[in-house]
Amino acid sequence: MSSLFNDRQQTQGLIFRIVSHGIHIDVLLLLGLLILLSVGLMVLFSAGGRDIELLLKQLMRAGTAFMILFFLAQIHPDRMRNLAYWVYGLGLILLVAVLVFGHEGKGAQRWLHLVFFRFQPSELMKLAVPLAMSTYLTERPLPPTALRLVIGLLMIVVPSFLIAKQPDLGTSLLIMSSGLIVLFISGIRWRIILGFIIFCPLVFPILWYIMHAYQRQRVLTFLNPESDPLGASYHIIQSKIAIGSGGVFGRGWLEGTQSHLEFLPERSTDFIFAVIAEEFGLIGVSLLLFWYLLVAGRGIFIAIQAQTSFSRLLAGSISMTFLVYVFVNVGMVTGLLPVVGVPLPLVSYGGTSMVTILAEFGILMSIHTHRRMMVP
Amino acid sequence: MKEQKKTLGYVSVWRLHLVRFILIVLVSGLGCRLVYIQILDIDFLRDQGVARHIRKVPIAVHRGMILDRYGEPLAISTPVYSVWLNPQEVDPNDQDLKHLAEIIGIRVSGIRKRIARYDKRKFIYIKRLLMPELSAKVRHLNIAGVGLQREYKRYYPTGEVTSHLIGFTNVDDVGQEGLELVHNHVLGGLPGLKRMIRDSHGSYVGGGEQLRAAKIGQNIILSIDLRLQYLTYQALKSAVIKFHAHSGTAVILDINTGEVLAMVNQPSFNPNNSHSSKISNFRNRAVTDVFEPGSTVKPFIVAGSLESGKFNLTSKIDTRPGAFKVGGHIIKDSRNYGEINLSTLIQKSSNVAASKIALALEPEELWQSFSAFGLTEATGAYFPGEAIGNMPDPQTWQRLDRAALAYGYGVTTTSLQLARAYSVLANGGILRPVSFLKTDELSSMGRRVYSTNVMKQVLTMMEKVVQVGGTAQKAAVTNYTVAGKTGTIKKATSGGYSDDQYISSFAGVIPAKNPRLSMVITVDSPRGNRYYGGLVAAPVFSEVMTIAMRLLDIAPDNFPIADIKLMRK
Repeated sequence: MSSLFNDRQQTQGLIFRIVSHGIHIDVLLLLGLLILLSVGLMVLFSAGGRDIELLLKQLMRAGTAFMILFFLAQIHPDRMRNLAYWVYGLGLILLVAVLVFGHEGKGAQRWLHLVFFRFQPSELMKLAVPLAMSTYLTERPLPPTALRLVIGLLMIVVPSFLIAKQPDLGTSLLIMSSGLIVLFISGIRWRIILGFIIFCPLVFPILWYIMHAYQRQRVLTFLNPESDPLGASYHIIQSKIAIGSGGVFGRGWLEGTQSHLEFLPERSTDFIFAVIAEEFGLIGVSLLLFWYLLVAGRGIFIAIQAQTSFSRLLAGSISMTFLVYVFVNVGMVTGLLPVVGVPLPLVSYGGTSMVTILAEFGILMSIHTHRRMMVP
Repeated sequence: MKEQKKTLGYVSVWRLHLVRFILIVLVSGLGCRLVYIQILDIDFLRDQGVARHIRKVPIAVHRGMILDRYGEPLAISTPVYSVWLNPQEVDPNDQDLKHLAEIIGIRVSGIRKRIARYDKRKFIYIKRLLMPELSAKVRHLNIAGVGLQREYKRYYPTGEVTSHLIGFTNVDDVGQEGLELVHNHVLGGLPGLKRMIRDSHGSYVGGGEQLRAAKIGQNIILSIDLRLQYLTYQALKSAVIKFHAHSGTAVILDINTGEVLAMVNQPSFNPNNSHSSKISNFRNRAVTDVFEPGSTVKPFIVAGSLESGKFNLTSKIDTRPGAFKVGGHIIKDSRNYGEINLSTLIQKSSNVAASKIALALEPEELWQSFSAFGLTEATGAYFPGEAIGNMPDPQTWQRLDRAALAYGYGVTTTSLQLARAYSVLANGGILRPVSFLKTDELSSMGRRVYSTNVMKQVLTMMEKVVQVGGTAQKAAVTNYTVAGKTGTIKKATSGGYSDDQYISSFAGVIPAKNPRLSMVITVDSPRGNRYYGGLVAAPVFSEVMTIAMRLLDIAPDNFPIADIKLMRK
């Protein structure tokens, strides 16, 4: 034990220790996030048409989100574990509420007006699902029994279904994948996974049946992007043109034509990746993707270092879901996946997803910086 | 240790690694996708991008003016505005649309119908070429989706006086008829091209680099003398009205340069509002319509006979008894002129004498006496729809054909061709191309077709036509000698020669002693019993030339003897 402690003393300086164990901040992760955020603000300045006000708004949101990160980092993982079901329950109630009283925005019922602010319960669910899943699965020895597996699946499917109903397919898929990742790393048997993979294609017709017309349209558009260039496929064609116009080196910051001339829709939100690709080229986006991998890699390192099953499951799920975000967004912008409306984490304009993501990283930091004290 | 982990239900690290590996593979897949888009598919996508935001926009250029030989404007371009709208942007229920409709003078329901019909488009014209004060009002309305586009409208200040000559342009400022069409490439210039950057709403937000400089349309200066043009127009129109004629033409040429100084036709049209006119009125009859020239060709026969050497100034031709029979057809004179010389032939316009000469000439010589005057070729004026008179092949001629040619039947010509032929008589035997453009130097393209001597002799004979005892005394111009010839022919109709429709013509040269101008007047189908060229067409010559001589500052060459005596005293 003491040798381990000494080891750390050699590799980590005093300031690092104070930051890490005094205010529970993981410096490397923080650095990674800050750089992503800065890149985001820089691109947003260009994509938003040099709108300083837009930039300030985003900066304020980032500030708020970081405060939540700091706050959550102070909370001991055990406390989170104790609160997990409450949070999950609250999330479910709010999801039902949003379907009943929700406020419509852009054709979807996602928002709930609370007294002071608007709130998307689906964002809370992004935290609650992995949290509750990790808690539930680690109540008994792993790997989970068949019954626990089924209940676990239900814990994933119920909120996903409610969110898909809003309709918000993107978030629904992300929540589903965050839960499934928890299940996967909890060590469920390969036979079950195999069966699941075979079972999956059978679900598609059912999914198709419950999908909204516009969601079906998106899938069709995805399968044949050139079918309706002025209508449903407009987003994806314009986006590909913007990315292709970038080439290897890009046109340079503030020089993107397709975004500045407003040919690219949703250029400061979901399609901001296309702006980056046009202005910074293949080199720029490769660096960005690499940086995302580094940040997620740090999260997975934290998961590996974690000393309880709960922490490891939660940290693993959070870091990998983060990469799923990136994959779904970039896949959608580059035409590999249907357009599902997932923002590029920490770069796209918009507050709610940023708060959620930084909250998740707050949990990661909490797991990492509280771990030494958990060892007996 | 392992036991402890199991009881704790510890999560195996390798599953984490596996998931991480899968995610790295997925993100690498994104990388491949980006490589595909940004390197392999880049040309197509960049072109598509350029196609979306780069537009090559023409820069409208000012069309050149058409001026008369002294710089008077005959056709000018004025900037005006066309009103267009974007059916996808305009709200059909906008109350301002009503005001717009009022300003431009169309029904608002019509605008709405067009918006509905073209709802897929982003640009339709509502009104082209709006007057400046109205376009200012439209701009003031400031309706979303309605715009103004600068264009040029053509105005013709001289209106119907020059309309056949100048022609007109269409709404896009492209020459459609007349000299506007002939010289379209010079007048129109070359619209420039600029590269504009367009945003997704279709509005131009930048760019403006010039890809091609605009070449402003050049002015062209015509050979026309607007003063003579007005004079001629007035005189011809009066004659056509006076004699209730179907139509008429008049052409004045400068005999030394081949320049057209005046060319008018009746009926005419207003080129500023050409839609309201009959298409047939657009014809520049002086150039496009052929007719049988009749007796106006007799000077050519006489010239041919002198040239052949078979006849001279003292040769007597027996016309008794005022008629003679060729191939079962009787050729008649107005009365029996007895034995006459060439001069009297022209003065009295004897068909019998002319026919006898024609029969005495070899067919080739006869053909030559027409073609030398340019009656078998184009005038070189290059006018849209220009016709060339028809001259039959000499090898097909019967005796009657040859005899009829002598008094101008069986051959056709345009007024312009005939005027050019009379210029040859006047200028001493040089056939020159005709020009509608002002030419500063004497045209060197002329070729000598007759000796000056022969031409002088014929011209002297033609002076008698206008004097007492001639057929065209009404063509006389005070203080000037005039040489000319009348022509009155039965109009060729679909059922053969008409009995009551004539083409009356007069072709003349002035001053006869030192010729400057030649002029041809034809009046088609004058009604009533006065239809002789000497009565219908000759007065137009006199009326125009009396003033024209003064305007052109041409010295009189024919003072009455009494006046000269007075001056000597």
